[in-house]
Amino acid sequence: MLQVENLQKSFADFKAVAGANLTVQQGDLVAVIGPNGAGKTTLFNLVTGHLAPDRGRILFKGGDITGLAAHEICRKGIARSFQIANIFPRLSVFRNVQVSVLSQKKLSHTLFRPAQTLVVEETNHILDSVGLSAKKMDIAGSLSHGDKRVLEIAIALGNEPELLILDEPTAGMSPDETTTTMELVKRLAMEQGLTILFCEHDMDVVFNVATSIMVMQHGQTIIQGKPQEVRQNITVQEAYLGGV
Amino acid sequence: MVKNILRTPSFLWTAAVLLVLLLVPFIAGRFYVYILAVIFVWGLLAMSLNLLVGHGGAYQFHHGAFYGVGAYTAGLIITKTALPAWIGLCAGPVAAAFTGLVVGAFCVRLNKLYFGMLQISLGSLIWILALRWYSLTNGDDGIHGIPMPDLLSGSVPAYYFILIVVSVCLALMYLILKSPFGATLRAVRDNPQRCQAVGINVRRHQLLGIVIATFFAGVAGVLFVVLEGSVFPDMLFWVLSLEIFIMCLLGGWFTFFGPMLGAAIMVALRTFVGSYTEYWTLILGVVLILLIFFLPDGIMGINFRTWLRNRERRRSTDVVR
Repeated sequence: MLQVENLQKSFADFKAVAGANLTVQQGDLVAVIGPNGAGKTTLFNLVTGHLAPDRGRILFKGGDITGLAAHEICRKGIARSFQIANIFPRLSVFRNVQVSVLSQKKLSHTLFRPAQTLVVEETNHILDSVGLSAKKMDIAGSLSHGDKRVLEIAIALGNEPELLILDEPTAGMSPDETTTTMELVKRLAMEQGLTILFCEHDMDVVFNVATSIMVMQHGQTIIQGKPQEVRQNITVQEAYLGGV
Repeated sequence: MVKNILRTPSFLWTAAVLLVLLLVPFIAGRFYVYILAVIFVWGLLAMSLNLLVGHGGAYQFHHGAFYGVGAYTAGLIITKTALPAWIGLCAGPVAAAFTGLVVGAFCVRLNKLYFGMLQISLGSLIWILALRWYSLTNGDDGIHGIPMPDLLSGSVPAYYFILIVVSVCLALMYLILKSPFGATLRAVRDNPQRCQAVGINVRRHQLLGIVIATFFAGVAGVLFVVLEGSVFPDMLFWVLSLEIFIMCLLGGWFTFFGPMLGAAIMVALRTFVGSYTEYWTLILGVVLILLIFFLPDGIMGINFRTWLRNRERRRSTDVVR
């Protein structure tokens, strides 16, 4: 479904991504792991068009999406969440998700119809599925950290994505929140047939949830394979797992 | 549905206020009728700016330029061509929106302050044109005695015309802000990066916002011509843009009617305090300082803030329990 080939990106002299390869099959839950500064977030930014790569190709469903603008890539069916809670803080929780659904339905430019009456059902459905219905009239900026992260995923779902990219979905969460959130992610993947690409620091979470794991170091892909294969790979153990 | 709208308190309030405003020329003297008309024109201009600044988060520093373009277009068409005055009045807003489109197309490529600086530069360029192109604009003399159609001559007919046009414009703005476009505009204000990630073309959205706002600024410019019968280059000077910025700040960025209230306060201060002392801006300065300290969201922002605070307080007590 998603194919990343020898992707490269430098900032001045620093090679943030220096040859990343990644394959995501339909229905997979792919985790990208690697130490801080390995280039995981840069890789995601390249895939979603928030950065333009220097070299390499990104194919999505057979089409070349390398270098397209972020909103164009989103239209092709890739939605994402960000590492820091990236929401619309002054809008209500409902409106946060509605804006994304409106964009998906190409209604963002509608001028003379009340937004109150549009895509209400779809928005409520998403809020139900992530468990934020009770808080839908709250101002998003006043939510707890965990709820903000869940809201981010809900906003991404508004785009009816085929591929959902989550950049450290549980960063800063308590162990309880982490468990709940990862279960939510797993359930969404099953129920809605989503393909999910995520990066995560918590190794328990990764080996529990992922069906495929890609390991990055110094901007390069070391290995991609099933959790068992990755666990047994010696380079990975040295680089990252500390000899698990 | 319509019946429900007609019964809402906000609709009844609006209707009551409109009724009073319609009766003003029968109760008050000509001077007050004139002052009210001035407030409406400034208020419309400030609200059109707030569409971009308060709701769109775009630093439109030199919004006055488009007010001037609207006024000059009307003035020039009426005095320099044989076309009917009505065509001049209708062309003003269209010219302002077109100028907004051209200037905006450059500005939306930049972010935040850079947007603002480029906008103020391009706006000043238009001001220089009006000031220096003597053969067309009469330079700093401006154009005076612009004849109006019979229907609009006299202060009371002008008042009614301005009241009706401003009401229609406000209704349109209200609908636009309640529409998906308005909701998305506020989302762009809060977080442009996130908007891109949900498939919104942020630049195009901002540009459409600019075109709409500059159109209404052009309407305000035309109404100024209807009221005063003259135009002059100061209408495009950046100081005027600063004044409407202050109106928005006074009334409240994140409210609908705030800028209109801000305009009322500014015009009242200038007219009534200004008649006692030329240092009326000193009072305005003190008011602004107090405002920034105690009501950073403007006068009409009060409710919103206390409401949020109270609710958070209630929340925290919930947790304690």
